[in-house]
Amino acid sequence: MTGVPIKTELRLPSRLGFEKVAMNTAASVAGLMGFSAARIDDLKTAVAEACINAIEHGNQLDASQTVLVELSVLDDNSLEVRVVDQGPGLPPPEEIAIPDIDAKMAGLQDVRGMGMFLIRALVDEAEWVSCQPSGSYARLVIHLDPHLAHRN
Amino acid sequence: MLRFEGDITSTSREAVLGSYEALDKVMVKRIVLDFSKVPYLNSSGIALVIQLMLEARKVGQKVECFGLTAHFVKVFTMVGLAKYTRMHATEADARAAT
Repeated sequence: MTGVPIKTELRLPSRLGFEKVAMNTAASVAGLMGFSAARIDDLKTAVAEACINAIEHGNQLDASQTVLVELSVLDDNSLEVRVVDQGPGLPPPEEIAIPDIDAKMAGLQDVRGMGMFLIRALVDEAEWVSCQPSGSYARLVIHLDPHLAHRN
Repeated sequence: MLRFEGDITSTSREAVLGSYEALDKVMVKRIVLDFSKVPYLNSSGIALVIQLMLEARKVGQKVECFGLTAHFVKVFTMVGLAKYTRMHATEADARAAT
């Protein structure tokens, strides 16, 4: 995979379950690039969580709206996935809370709300961008060469 | 033992919590969750598993599991579940453990 930039685009309906299309497409592209099986599993979960956020929160499960998933091979070493919704967007998080399992198990914290944490933990780069009025997107990147990872 | 099949997501409430609710809260002291036929859990599905463990803990039941893929053992550990459940590799391991 060298030379010409490679981009794959998907348009998903805002229906839960369709995140699996994006997961499996991301897995296929990452496989072609030579990522390990373990790294591909990380990417699949992160992409799924980003799509679910876009479907549920960004597009509010509105069937008239779509989630755009753009997969871009960057310099043959990195795979970038952008998950774009059409919603108003949440303010980009300043800090992603680590799940407090003790608080959850004590019934003191909502058992949900781990999606963004998992995304940040499973990929090399993650950011959330609001680009009104057209929507917002999550940008995920994984690197073949770990020395190029810039955790943020 | 509670055996799950297929993906565990936000739509799995009945499969996860419903099957737990059917257990005898007094007689059953140890619950083993079989994830060997679960290829995928998302964060909503993991939240349901946490909810099950929380409910079990309230009545003094211990929850263990087996059959998670290496990836989901990692994910469970990331969210802190290793503190509240033993994750066995196989059913035989789970049965051998007491």
